[in-house]
Amino acid sequence: MEKKPSKPQVAEDPVAEVFENRHPSAAEKTWAENTLAPTLEKAPEHAIGSPTGINVDEHGRARFTTISGVPIRRLYTLADLPEDWSEEKYLGYPGQAPYTRGIHATGYRGKLFTMRQFSGFASPEETNQRYKYLLEHGGGGLSVAFDLPTLMGYDSDHPASEGEVGKCGVAIDSLEDMEILFGGIDLEKTTVSMTINSPASVLWAMYLVVAEKQGADWQKISGTIQNDILKEYIAQKEYIYPPAPSMRLVIDTFEFGSKFTPRFNTISISGYHIREAGSTALQELAFTLYDGVEYVEWARRRGLDVDDFGPRLSFFFNAHNDFFEEIAKYRAARKIWAQVMKERFGAKHARTWLMRFHTQTAGVSLPAQQPMNNIARVALQALAAVLGGTQSLHCDSYDEALALPTEEAARIALRTQQIIAYESGVTHTVDPLGGSYFLEALTLEMEKGAFDYFGKLDAMGGMVKAIERGYPQKEIAEASYQYQRAAEAKEKVIVGVNEFVVEEEAPHILYIGEGVALQQSAKLKALRARRSNDGVRHALDALKKAAAQDPKLGANAAISPANTMPYIVDAVRAYATVGEISEALREVYGTYTEVSIT
Amino acid sequence: MADLKIRVLVAKPGLDGHDRGAKVIARALRDAGMEVIYTGLRQTPEMIVSAALQEDVHVIGLSILSGAHNAIVPRVMDLLKRNKMDDVLVLVGGIIPDQDIDALKRLGVAAVFQPGTAMDEIVKFIRANVKGASVPA
Repeated sequence: MEKKPSKPQVAEDPVAEVFENRHPSAAEKTWAENTLAPTLEKAPEHAIGSPTGINVDEHGRARFTTISGVPIRRLYTLADLPEDWSEEKYLGYPGQAPYTRGIHATGYRGKLFTMRQFSGFASPEETNQRYKYLLEHGGGGLSVAFDLPTLMGYDSDHPASEGEVGKCGVAIDSLEDMEILFGGIDLEKTTVSMTINSPASVLWAMYLVVAEKQGADWQKISGTIQNDILKEYIAQKEYIYPPAPSMRLVIDTFEFGSKFTPRFNTISISGYHIREAGSTALQELAFTLYDGVEYVEWARRRGLDVDDFGPRLSFFFNAHNDFFEEIAKYRAARKIWAQVMKERFGAKHARTWLMRFHTQTAGVSLPAQQPMNNIARVALQALAAVLGGTQSLHCDSYDEALALPTEEAARIALRTQQIIAYESGVTHTVDPLGGSYFLEALTLEMEKGAFDYFGKLDAMGGMVKAIERGYPQKEIAEASYQYQRAAEAKEKVIVGVNEFVVEEEAPHILYIGEGVALQQSAKLKALRARRSNDGVRHALDALKKAAAQDPKLGANAAISPANTMPYIVDAVRAYATVGEISEALREVYGTYTEVSIT
Repeated sequence: MADLKIRVLVAKPGLDGHDRGAKVIARALRDAGMEVIYTGLRQTPEMIVSAALQEDVHVIGLSILSGAHNAIVPRVMDLLKRNKMDDVLVLVGGIIPDQDIDALKRLGVAAVFQPGTAMDEIVKFIRANVKGASVPA
């Protein structure tokens, strides 16, 4: 915040900021002079946290900021909204563009958010049991967490997989594992989200073949693959191939999906990981939505119609600690996306303008210290997501920082969602905070800030170019370091970590040993002995041939003849493994190593 | 050559790409006046030890969040021993269950920093425990 030194009265007058860059009403002026000024005189304001650094302004007075470091005013009134502000012009109504107040005219009254708990660990057999447990306890959909070898396109018996099998999620090597994972779960009735990126087409193909074997109709099944490679380069770093071929694989799924699985979300454009990597709320919003812009640009270059694939683009945001900043973020996101789809891309159908999103509470905000406190944090974060109008929700378990959740921790997380949905009353009213001066001002600020970032990214030539020069990575690393410093200086209070600390005993956690790796390796050995290895080789050769060609739209509205998806589906049917299919693509595309920035 | 700075290799072994912690620590150590080399992602134990040897570091910090520490750390410690680099201070940071800490220390890991450790604590630990002939006073 820069202030001109030519206004010396600013330093002396404690209520001067009420008059700066805004137009308070006569009543507000009177209030500032007659009520606020004497109050400040008697009782000065105190910063939350140490009165140093970010917590003091240039006059030495207490400064209040969001967790992202954005200054917050004492009081918001109509004077903080644009002078021409009106409900019609800036806000609209739910179910109508620009959807600031939500995508459904009836909010949650017609349909509650889907309680979708992200889960997966050890073997497909064990995870299948956890899924059944979650569904029995009222979970509305499934969300698959894969282990690192699967995410990186390696089989469980590959040397790079040593020590990693089944640790961060479930180990899936072949169609056989996918059949076990969804055994006894009706895929025409259950929506499934899969957190898979670089090998997304492989795992999706496996899912489609399992559904088909169950007798489900591809036209009817619904779910989501994350398939968002851009945020991998930006934040989570689980990429395999270089950006251009990775983008091509993503566009192949858009093209395949809009034809064969019209109810499946072929991407979940994710801010979650960007935030977890340490970005501010605004950076999460701006980079995620601009990733969306980049996917649309690439799909249009293929010749796809935005109104064909656009409605299947979905989003995924973080729910962090700062309550109002988060709610403003979701509302601004919907508004920006509707504008971008309409104005930048000329989308004609309202269903293309709609932003639908999933939210997960902020894992990174849940410390290992006094972990039960995390139940309260998660409840507040989840409440922000619901007040922001999320379509589905995952609540983190309180033991997030320690290990994968125990069954008890996972149940409390699900119960937290149920308490918000069924007890709190917040789902009765659409966008209950709409019209709040504070929230509307924050929402507009978020929108403006995001478009400022869009301008910078456009000037760099798009997100792939920006990633190659390390721009979003640097922005995030800087924000993350600034936050860590503020936390260690106690300028940002973290209850139980830098304040209110106690000695405590370690809680019971879920411990995963090395047994899964042995079990999966044995299954792979048996599979390779049983299947037709010639069939696998032929399927992989055909895939490599298609992958090496430049995909062009097919004749008569058919998908591109070189679209990789049909070839991957064939390979999966032949029981080719995740590692074998990914290796085939590695041979064609090579691998990517980022330029490290520290 | 007289090097006046403590030299630290910050390494990310295994398949995990979550590098927020590694990067924050790298920057904090650099701000504390140390020379920091960050390996980047997905380094094998061989790559890490070879980088440590080439860069002649006093400290290796391994950032592991995926649960692969029981497979990775023993291999790093063994390679250090075989290269007669026992005097290098090895630190592990990340999501390490309490029950694994003793075993890691028995292998020669000097300290395990779990989530929530202050950057300053790590800086102090390194200053107090770094050893070897080439270490600045």
